[in-house]
Amino acid sequence: MNPTYLVLEIRRTFRARRSYLLTLVLPPVVLSVVGVTQPELVVSVALYGAILAVTGCGAGVAAERAQGWTRQLRLTPLRPGAYAATKVLAAMVLGALSIVVTLALGAARGVDLPPAVWLGCALACWVVSAPFAALGLFAGYLLRVEAVTRVLSPVVTLLAAAGGLFVPLDGALGQSARLLPTWGAGELARAPLTTGIDAGAVANVVLWTLVLVAAAAWRFRRDTARV
Amino acid sequence: MTPAQETHPPALDVRGLVKEFHGREVVRAVDGLDLRVARGEVVAFLGPNGAGKTTTIDLALGLARPTAGTVRVLGQAPADAVAAGRVAAVMQTGGLLRDLTVGETVRLTAALFGTGHDVRASLERAGIADLERRRVGRCSGGQQQRLRFAMALVSEPDLLFLDEPTTGMDVMGRRDFWSAVRADAARGRTVVFATHYLDEAELYADRVVVVSRGRVVADGTAAQIKDAAGVRTLEDAFVRLTSAVGTSAGGAR
Repeated sequence: MNPTYLVLEIRRTFRARRSYLLTLVLPPVVLSVVGVTQPELVVSVALYGAILAVTGCGAGVAAERAQGWTRQLRLTPLRPGAYAATKVLAAMVLGALSIVVTLALGAARGVDLPPAVWLGCALACWVVSAPFAALGLFAGYLLRVEAVTRVLSPVVTLLAAAGGLFVPLDGALGQSARLLPTWGAGELARAPLTTGIDAGAVANVVLWTLVLVAAAAWRFRRDTARV
Repeated sequence: MTPAQETHPPALDVRGLVKEFHGREVVRAVDGLDLRVARGEVVAFLGPNGAGKTTTIDLALGLARPTAGTVRVLGQAPADAVAAGRVAAVMQTGGLLRDLTVGETVRLTAALFGTGHDVRASLERAGIADLERRRVGRCSGGQQQRLRFAMALVSEPDLLFLDEPTTGMDVMGRRDFWSAVRADAARGRTVVFATHYLDEAELYADRVVVVSRGRVVADGTAAQIKDAAGVRTLEDAFVRLTSAVGTSAGGAR
């Protein structure tokens, strides 16, 4: 990994106003729509913003493949894996900012938690959002940039809703939610608010991380293989 | 042969190179190509579309794997020579991020090759030092091509490939680009360029290599190639050489 490239990539993330504003604005809007009273919902929506941000690396990858930038990089010592890692880390910086913005809005609206719990939730959100970068990479190495930008945010939003990040789900919906990656991530992100960690949620996160990383690695290898 | 050439491996050493693409049918883009380029030579690589020029360059840059045969670049495997910055390339299109500035692009390229590379010198030699703060997306086609040239110069490569570098440029853009390349080649860099402009081959190359259907069909100075074909212009020689193969199975080569 190259530090100059990483710094430049982070600066580029904040130059693409349209995409980063969406990431920073959408979660507060969702928060206003669902109405804030419970800390659980604030944390869930913060996680949603972080997932939006980290999957955003996929659009960048798709665009840069189309522009021949990834090919250009192959004429340098930078390895394709380091390129992907750079894209993911830059997206995770945006994800961290999104989490801070959403949690700060929650606090401003009267959600009262001890600082250690706020910090724990913020870190938990950030960590469990990371595997979704693999979903972004998978899409970025699979699809054209137009398709990635059109598909990824709606898919993430749908996963967030169906995984119970916006409103708690009961009955059959609640049962099916447990199968989605957003459910496990949500449970772990909210863990600092409760006592104890759900073993089912841990299993969910571990399994989905494996699936998403395997999918991303498959497309990544396909794309970077010398033919 | 001078002592330097005996002790140093050639800049480019291509032997029996074959590259097939397997799609609905098998396409043999490169079909037993042999080529040696000594250090310091400026070689024009001519051929009609689909002759295998770009595929050969891709193989020499380690971007693709040969089906058969070998490519050695400065005595090394292509991917190793690329990673060491000893070989670089200017592609026809793409390879740039439009939202970066010219200076950022070259500084990033330099950073990827490690420390100690002179960004300013690369910009100056490519003739774009005054464009350092301009966004890549706001540069003209010719300026973007000189930016690609500056990026290629950053690692001080011994061998430089230019793949149809002036396609789509206006006359002034082409002239500026070639004067930058010529000034640079005068310092001893080996340059191999593919082009469709025969005047560029005649003006700027020490040696002209004509490929057709994945093979070398003529190799020499522009004058030698015209003489051998018995024609007065390089264009006539080119037409004769590249249409002779393939018009009939038993055609002259």
